[in-house]
Amino acid sequence: MYSKDGEDYFVVDAHIALWDARPENQRNVHGKQFIDCFYDYHRNLSPESEVWPYEEYLYQGGERLMRDVFVDGIVDHAIFQPARLAEFYHRHFGQTEEAFALTQAHPEQLTYNHWFDPRDGENGLDQLRADAERFGLKGVKLYTADWHGESRGWKLTDPMAYRYLEVCREVGITNIHIHKGPTIRPLDRDAFDVADVDHVATDFTDLQFVVEHCGLPRLEDFCWIATQEPNVHAGLAVAMPFIHTRPRYFAQIIGELVYWLGEDRILFSSDYALWTPKWLVERFVDFQIPEDMTEYAPLTTAVKKKVLGLNAAKLYDIPVPAQLQLPDADETATGPREPGSADLAMAR
Amino acid sequence: MTATLTPQLTETDVRRALGTVVDPELDEPITDLGFVRSVGVSAGVVEVHLRLPTSFCAPNFAWLMVSDARDAVVALPGAGRVVVELDDHHDSDLINRGLAADAGYRGTFGHEADDSLDELRATFQRKAHTAAMERALTGWLRADPSRTESAVLDVTLGDLPAGPVTEALRQRRAVLGLPVEDTAPVLLAPDGSRPTAETAALTLRRARSVRISVDGNAHFCRGLLGTRYPGAEADQTPRPSPDHPLLPLEVLA
Repeated sequence: MYSKDGEDYFVVDAHIALWDARPENQRNVHGKQFIDCFYDYHRNLSPESEVWPYEEYLYQGGERLMRDVFVDGIVDHAIFQPARLAEFYHRHFGQTEEAFALTQAHPEQLTYNHWFDPRDGENGLDQLRADAERFGLKGVKLYTADWHGESRGWKLTDPMAYRYLEVCREVGITNIHIHKGPTIRPLDRDAFDVADVDHVATDFTDLQFVVEHCGLPRLEDFCWIATQEPNVHAGLAVAMPFIHTRPRYFAQIIGELVYWLGEDRILFSSDYALWTPKWLVERFVDFQIPEDMTEYAPLTTAVKKKVLGLNAAKLYDIPVPAQLQLPDADETATGPREPGSADLAMAR
Repeated sequence: MTATLTPQLTETDVRRALGTVVDPELDEPITDLGFVRSVGVSAGVVEVHLRLPTSFCAPNFAWLMVSDARDAVVALPGAGRVVVELDDHHDSDLINRGLAADAGYRGTFGHEADDSLDELRATFQRKAHTAAMERALTGWLRADPSRTESAVLDVTLGDLPAGPVTEALRQRRAVLGLPVEDTAPVLLAPDGSRPTAETAALTLRRARSVRISVDGNAHFCRGLLGTRYPGAEADQTPRPSPDHPLLPLEVLA
């Protein structure tokens, strides 16, 4: 819990990773390029005091993760969102066994989400059922830009993806996190395109779709889809650190999200180990929309409390002390709309 | 004796030609973004090296910029042999080979190139117009706090102050074949139609989210370029924006 000026904030970091990008795990040059690209994001968007040396950035391990994420008791709960990247790393990028063991050791502080990839075919469906049982999955993280043999990406609307989502339904996986964010090789198969989220959100209204990085290269497409689909949420991974380097841009992102989605469907994330949560939480609590941006309403304390933890706690049934809970807000002026009319509007 | 009528090509000529090449997604010349790493001119051979913010930048955008750059330089009078190369990209070898062989996008990327680049280019020309329109209208709104969002419906090109923001809007309208005379209404839906009084404010709001996306990506890419290539900031020209408090619109030429 974080406390400031007499207000208490229940904090859920909805996107963390325990990765291993050390040279011995790199399968090829792409493994190095991938972590180097992450490190550039880290160096470019962190305050100077928070920049790590490159060697430390390659791998943190469980002990350090617990220190970094839960330092000063600010973060109450954190959720693993692993990426496989089997074509880039021998033993994958996200370290399943280590992260799951850590989750078992700290069940009140950690939730382990796993991944699936529809290109694993029929066998993958059985594996997903087994994983759901073993890990007690409530959520999955999907990386549609991941490579797989000859394939350089997939879409949520692929027929096989639908079968995996049906298994999610069957085994009680309700939170589907999808990476729709900054650049990774997509070529013509535009992996940033959030249109596939629109379709599956309509067809699986009982599942919640969290668009990580809020579709940032295409924020406008994401906002429009999210206004129409009440089961679509915005994950703030990668958007958060702009609070330091580009506070006016951050104000616009958060202003747009609150305007289009309302305050109940936005989730805080540090994207650890890209960044650490402590400074992001502190900055966010202190943050306000600049006065000259009259197009946005000021951020209230209630909005900040919801974004920092209450919204994610609701999706994952994480217990929140009664005195810290808040009621849902009314619908936004912009929606949600009926899916039918929404799709007509999209056709423009 | 042979006399050459074409004047000696200079590095300035080459850079000026490269200044016509735009990053379609960020809607800025590659010269302003710092994407031109080096220009060499010797004995009629022009060699240009380009660089991008990450090794993972989308190959289709990379191809567009690199091939546009080559076309722009080849078109210069006096350009003999022209070598344009993209450095440090994970598809550098593929792109550079395809470009040198004049293989085209499909010839270079084969089965991975599902869609035509023309469509991609057209999509981003429309977005560039939408963002330019929003910049102009937000500037108009902020110039007088009594103006309301729904009032933007009746604003015409002639109502906008002269300056780079209005000029940028006119240019982007011309690219799309939209009217550019003073009486033309500024606010248009993405398909070029005119919104109604009822949808005017929403149309502006949607345009704003487009502009914020474009500007945000530009900040991101510019920052990453500087991180990847220390000193690259010096090659970048500040991005015009109504949200940059230190730079009044008038001074951003």
